[in-house]
Amino acid sequence: MSAALRSLAALAAGLIFGLGLALSGMLDPARVRGFLDVAGAWDLSLVFVLGGAVTVSRLGYLLSRRLRGPVLDTRFDLPARHRIDAPLIFGAALFGIGWGVSGFCPGPAVAALSTAAAPVLVFVVAMLVGMALHGLLPAAPMGRSRSIGTAGGSGNRRARGSAST
Amino acid sequence: MNPYLPPLAGGLLIGLSAAMLLLLNGRIAGISGLVAGLGRPGSARWLADAAFVLGLILGPPAFALLAGHWPEIRIAAGLPALAFAGLLVGFGTRLGSGCTSGHGVCGLARLSLRSIAAVLVFLATGMLTVAALRVLA
Repeated sequence: MSAALRSLAALAAGLIFGLGLALSGMLDPARVRGFLDVAGAWDLSLVFVLGGAVTVSRLGYLLSRRLRGPVLDTRFDLPARHRIDAPLIFGAALFGIGWGVSGFCPGPAVAALSTAAAPVLVFVVAMLVGMALHGLLPAAPMGRSRSIGTAGGSGNRRARGSAST
Repeated sequence: MNPYLPPLAGGLLIGLSAAMLLLLNGRIAGISGLVAGLGRPGSARWLADAAFVLGLILGPPAFALLAGHWPEIRIAAGLPALAFAGLLVGFGTRLGSGCTSGHGVCGLARLSLRSIAAVLVFLATGMLTVAALRVLA
């Protein structure tokens, strides 16, 4: 029963996310590259997207800290790692290059699949291949299973799960 | 209308989605992580994660229904460049444990130092890449 409710909640959240992306202009790679183009005609509208998103997301996070657990599940599944390490920096750097070349990050690219446009399909398939390649790495440096909640974080009643952000 | 109003309103919706997923399901709205997880069916969260991704894909058609027009999607890069970029985005977001949503929308909201570092790095390399392409063009 609650599994069905969780799926319904996730469907609604995904739909709102996709609507937000469409409304915000983030679906448009030309606009995203305009935001990254600080040396050109810098389009700072994406600052408003991120600002609005982080503000509401922060309110949700602060509220979650007052709860024992999520409404439809048993625990908050939050990232367990706190150390800034080489895979994090190197991975983020590679992602940024791909983002700059295409103007696509994962959310907008997946949402844009609904247009069934060939360039979007090519990007998303390549992205899935890239993800699969990472999965093939021996002893994946992400260390899913050996994540240890080191540095004290957000209180002991919050489960330290295996979530990656 | 103020040109920054739709971006702000869209951002608020994205934040609402992240807050909903956290408060209801206890889950971080990190798209790269959710999508990668779909390759591992059988996990307890698979169905809900798939439902989120389905909702995400239905977002643009829902927008078209409400707004009366499709959102603009202008792709300048050619297919080989898109394939190259897709590989980097897929591999990089797994290695770096997240993308604009997980590290940006959710991680910054938690004031996670890892996420702050990741966001600064991918913004920097993204901006450098666009600048480099501008010089080459």
